[in-house]
Amino acid sequence: MAKYLSIIDSSYRATIEEQDDTAVWFTHAMKNGGADVSILLRGDAVNYAVSGQDAKGLRFGARTVKGPDMVRDIQAVIAKKIPLYAVADDLAERGIPASRLIPGVEQVQRSVIARLIETHDRILSW
Amino acid sequence: MATITIGIMDPPYESANTPTAFRLVEAAIRKGHNVNVFCYEGATALGYAGQKPHANAVHGLSLEEEDHPNPKEWVKSLLAFARDKSVKLVWCNCGMCVDERGVENQIEGVCRGSPVDAWKYSEASDGLLLIGTE
Repeated sequence: MAKYLSIIDSSYRATIEEQDDTAVWFTHAMKNGGADVSILLRGDAVNYAVSGQDAKGLRFGARTVKGPDMVRDIQAVIAKKIPLYAVADDLAERGIPASRLIPGVEQVQRSVIARLIETHDRILSW
Repeated sequence: MATITIGIMDPPYESANTPTAFRLVEAAIRKGHNVNVFCYEGATALGYAGQKPHANAVHGLSLEEEDHPNPKEWVKSLLAFARDKSVKLVWCNCGMCVDERGVENQIEGVCRGSPVDAWKYSEASDGLLLIGTE
């Protein structure tokens, strides 16, 4: 069975309508089906690893929008034993300290990405 | 009270531009302004009546628990909100864009027009904002 690495760069693209991130959701669904998958968050997507996010409170007229719960989804990924990496350089550039990360997120240096790719058979670039 | 024309181009479920546009429309109505929305290309699917909510097995939520939002409900809600606030909200689709996509079955209150209508809305407005796709 091939090893997959989902590299997620595009972030918060349609999270309000989908109530999740479509790439995280897709990868989780693969895992549920038995796939061997990992996730690498890079660029703005490293913000998915931040604890305490709250997108509630949006409404259009009388229609309330529940919104995404990225903390729930990332915690579910970790609980599912999907290795979850975040690029440390991208976190630092955005001023996100390690203390704000959801437990279980593994930081990797940008210089390590190539090696991470080499250790996977197939790459999903989002 | 002003009149604003907002052009939207992104299809539903693809871009943060969509909720941003809805938020701007909502804010304008809330402040008592009239709004013309012209949906171009993929945005014409925002009012498509065939949209259906779904349960979410990955979230472990039923149809009711997931409460999946369909943009057609947002359009309906904004049209009702405008009526409540006694302001005018026009939600107009590019007709050819609708035909291309086969999304003719639209919710009640959505009209059909052309770029000329968009221009006329703009001419009759105090301001114009086009949120183009990238």
